[in-house]
Amino acid sequence: MTEPVLSIKDLVVEFPFRDDVFRAVDGVSFDIMPGEVVGVVGESGAGKSMTGSAVIGLIERPGHIAGGEIRLKGMRIDNLSEEQKAKLRGKRIGMVFQDPLTSLNPLYTVGKQLVETIRTHLPLNEAEARQKAIDLLTEAGIPKAAERIDSYPHQFSGGMRQRVVIALAIAAGPELIIADEPTSALDVSVQAQIIKVLKKLCASHGAAVMLITHDMGVIAQTADRMVVMHHGKVVETGTVGDIIRRPREPYTVKLIESIPTIVRQEGAAVPSVAANDDKAYVQVKALVRDFEIGGGSFAKLLPGKVEMFRAVNEVSFTINKGETFGLVGESGSGKSTCAKMIVGLVRPSSGHILVDGHDIWAGGKGHQERRKRVQMIFQDPYASLNPRWRVKDIIAEPMRTLDIARNRTEVDQRVAELLTKVRLDPSVMRKFPHEFSGGQRQRIAIARALSSQPEFIVCDEPTSALDVSVQAQVLELMQALQEEFGLTYLLISHNLAVVRQMSNAVGVLHNGVLVEKGPTDQIFDNPQADYTRMLLDAVPDISKVA
Amino acid sequence: MLAFIARRLLQSVIVMLVVAFIAFLVFRYVGDPLAALLSQDAKQADYDAARERLGLDQPFYVQFFYFVANALQGQFGISYRLQQPVSQLILERLPATIELAFASSIIALVGGVLLGIYTALRQRAVSTGIIMTMSLIGVSLPTFLIGIGLIYVFAVELKWLPSFGRGEVVQIGWWRTGLLTQSGLRSLILPAITLSLFQLTLIMRLVRAEMLEVMRTDYIRFARARGLSKRAINFGHALKNTMVPVITITGLQLGSVIAFAIITETVFQWPGVGSLFVNSVAAVDVPVMAAYLVFVALVFVVINLIVDILYFIVDPRLRVGAKTGR
Amino acid sequence: MTDVPQSPDTPVLAAKSSRWKNFVQSDIVWSYRHSPITIVASVVAALLILMAIFAPWLAPYNPFNPATLNLMDGFTPPNSTSMSGKYFTLGTDSQGRDMLSTIMYGSRVSLFVGVMATLFAMVMGVGLGLVSGYVGGVVDAIIMRVADVQLSFPAILIALLIFGVARGIIPPNQQEGTAVWVLIVAIGLANWAQFARTVRGATMVERQKDYVAAARILGVNPIIILLRHVLPNVMGPVLVIGTIGLALAIIEEATLSYLGVGVPPTQPSLGTLIRIGQQFLFSGEWWILLFPAATLILLALSVNLLGDWLRDALNPKLR
Repeated sequence: MTEPVLSIKDLVVEFPFRDDVFRAVDGVSFDIMPGEVVGVVGESGAGKSMTGSAVIGLIERPGHIAGGEIRLKGMRIDNLSEEQKAKLRGKRIGMVFQDPLTSLNPLYTVGKQLVETIRTHLPLNEAEARQKAIDLLTEAGIPKAAERIDSYPHQFSGGMRQRVVIALAIAAGPELIIADEPTSALDVSVQAQIIKVLKKLCASHGAAVMLITHDMGVIAQTADRMVVMHHGKVVETGTVGDIIRRPREPYTVKLIESIPTIVRQEGAAVPSVAANDDKAYVQVKALVRDFEIGGGSFAKLLPGKVEMFRAVNEVSFTINKGETFGLVGESGSGKSTCAKMIVGLVRPSSGHILVDGHDIWAGGKGHQERRKRVQMIFQDPYASLNPRWRVKDIIAEPMRTLDIARNRTEVDQRVAELLTKVRLDPSVMRKFPHEFSGGQRQRIAIARALSSQPEFIVCDEPTSALDVSVQAQVLELMQALQEEFGLTYLLISHNLAVVRQMSNAVGVLHNGVLVEKGPTDQIFDNPQADYTRMLLDAVPDISKVA
Repeated sequence: MLAFIARRLLQSVIVMLVVAFIAFLVFRYVGDPLAALLSQDAKQADYDAARERLGLDQPFYVQFFYFVANALQGQFGISYRLQQPVSQLILERLPATIELAFASSIIALVGGVLLGIYTALRQRAVSTGIIMTMSLIGVSLPTFLIGIGLIYVFAVELKWLPSFGRGEVVQIGWWRTGLLTQSGLRSLILPAITLSLFQLTLIMRLVRAEMLEVMRTDYIRFARARGLSKRAINFGHALKNTMVPVITITGLQLGSVIAFAIITETVFQWPGVGSLFVNSVAAVDVPVMAAYLVFVALVFVVINLIVDILYFIVDPRLRVGAKTGR
Repeated sequence: MTDVPQSPDTPVLAAKSSRWKNFVQSDIVWSYRHSPITIVASVVAALLILMAIFAPWLAPYNPFNPATLNLMDGFTPPNSTSMSGKYFTLGTDSQGRDMLSTIMYGSRVSLFVGVMATLFAMVMGVGLGLVSGYVGGVVDAIIMRVADVQLSFPAILIALLIFGVARGIIPPNQQEGTAVWVLIVAIGLANWAQFARTVRGATMVERQKDYVAAARILGVNPIIILLRHVLPNVMGPVLVIGTIGLALAIIEEATLSYLGVGVPPTQPSLGTLIRIGQQFLFSGEWWILLFPAATLILLALSVNLLGDWLRDALNPKLR
């Protein structure tokens, strides 16, 4: 029986914290065989990144390995001195980080960083190392590598940068590559390519991969075996197929169940019936937004042409009352700008937005009508609540500003009602936001949105910043509230599965242009536009796991 | 590149004009220039004649124009207190200040950068703790007290170094230098150290903070993960990235040494431009005040420009015009 | 922070969390109690401040009443009695003034100018910084340009200039009475830029955050947004700069008084006392210089240490 490349036994990593000790990794054991791709999966805080850092010996102070052992091809590495550990890094263990922009030194060319790494580990001269670097870049899929090798990191796009990072990690031919969320900072359309590059390069250089991620889809497509982690412990291990189709532990079951798929599920929203556009509750007509680029404020004062960038280009759609419209697109597509215009934060360059017949940008009256009817739920639950305000004041602000409730008792009562509606105990109103988890904060944000008694709520990536197991709960809550209050939603997301689940109608946005719109089933099952097809293809399909 | 320089030059000119305007306001409207020039029992006719001769009856913008025109030629009028042309006074005393500033800047720069790097790399050493404590005390001590302290120790008690003045000077053309005589060099030591200490502390803390910040970045972490040697990481990557923001702030700080010299020159009775300025404030000698303002602004603007150009050369992101990659 | 996942259906049982309890258990208080230097510094600073405030009641002699002064008391060394039989803890100066009392009154002036100047700089700087960071655009560009230019000039120079200009404008007979206020304005105007810069940066960060967007959607008045939403979240750095700025202001005032362009001689501050004391350095009456100098150093150092600790305690990255 072959020896595992990596063998972790009962690993414990601790962080002394004030008078206490926090165990980030609590007795973790698993092996990785040569050439294997093992996915380490779990929510944020599960300890998976920490395990990776422990293996390569880069745990940030004051954290440290407090127990267990790590073996590389049978040799114990966790108790080595710092110098000895440094010799292993790059040569025998390589690492790929999440954000390619911050992983590369902005002041050096890509070529210099590659050559430096190669020459540190291999006895090549400058010219040989440069050639090897060019070969690596070509292998990683960088076109015209011989020219681009002298470019700086900021001159590459995100996906290209990550290819460079992978090339750097594999340059010295390590036996193990630890990839810590290698695609999480990239766009959906690029993620699949990068994962392929990673797999290909590792296979051709004979390296095993420890793929750390929270994205089950990525694991399903790439990994051979899977390790599920929760709260610093290993919950379950097995082949990917086994775990996905026959999860045994209750936590694993929950995790698998909460993966959204783009196949139509039960309880998904009913596709919209094409309604009369002029009577629709929300009408967006030929919405345009231009931005000036470059110069800075003084440049605007000087005469001359200023370059314009069209973020939103004649976007039109309608939403029926009580329904959900999903606006889909990648980052940079203009969907956030659309949301900001609809909600009143950014003025459209041209076009109209009508809510319940009122043009919300038509002067003071427009603003008045908008404030009463339109609200917003934001993406980041950590930034959308003022950390210095109590929950009660946060939720009460809309009703106070719009004069819906006047005296203290009424306010208290309404806030308590709202908290109950979002399934939190009313007594939490005295607390501060930092005392809650991400999912709970998002529910507080929903309560705040409801507080002004709106009819139309714009939801900007409401679950993207939450962990998978919590996403389902929040989405389900939103659907229940929609039924109870007859709310109309504009759901903005890059996550096609979520959009499928929640929306009656869908619009697809690409570079500011609405390339396609229609009822949900029509868009998903029978897409017309090329871009839509490409987007749908890029979503990893769990059901295809062999 | 050229467009960048042109833009910065334009901004510099605007700043100089604004400063000139303020200086002009000070010059013209603070105190009464006529009262200083004419004797007590001058008659009204004398006043009127003087007013016309000095051009004080001209419209505002004409006066400002003449002020700027004169300033460009180095003409700032006559000092009330010393009855000499201001420009002559400044030129006489300039070499003293420049030599002092130069000497102390070198001490501050070299010492600050070295100590900063050392305390950043050897974070847990005892010597680092001592240095950091001393730096904190250094920031809390006013410059003049340091000067007095040094005088007391080295001039009064130990009698090693002179306690005031510049020593013997040698005249080279228009420049009077103290660097070529032994007494001149000895007189330079205490004032230079005094002037440098504040700057040194600031630079050291800055370099240290920047370096610590850089050591925490992802690209340093990735460099370590790639197995680069400690030397390569510390001096190849970290140091270069540290120096980029340090250059800007250090450059600006060095400019302010010219102005900080005011205090040191007073403590050590150093015959430079700074002590001239202090005396002129005490005596409300307006022409000198206005001229000094313009002079200092010029120094700053020039240094600012040089720093910006240096920054441009060092950081490739500014050169190639970063695209927002996707 | 350990994230405890809760199922949505179990209500979160909440204990009443008071602001006080939050504060006491907070990181700040913990780091205070664990840093002996900071505790010592805060005690020293508190003592000096109390001494300054209560000088009229605490000082053994009144050093500014000419009637009580006796030239025969002059040049008495510390911890001894003078020729007229009075006891002086820290000795007397050339005029027979008790050093201990002059230091107390001197600290009073130094602290008064320092605190008022810092408050002035704070209000002006925070106000302009908030506006600049929130409104952006040309307003921001102008304010920041001015601040940038001013920041590259040392504060002493600016204060000197303003002081000189004021001297020229204010008629001579009113100069003494207004000198302290002119000094406060001069130092305040020299120091506002640092506040403005920092607050502007923090405001720009907060402005991007969604809770500000939520308030804007509601149509809340921008001034209320600035004061009630943004300001509480940028106060941290303001306090740090305020503390360090106070130390700077005290030193600046001392420097100006030392140079002879600060407080008038009738209300000497520690800087003035040092200026007087320097004359006697060479002739051996060291105490006339040492005690005011030591008091100034202690004051500036303890405030600086507090500011330093505050900066580390409030830095989220170092937690």
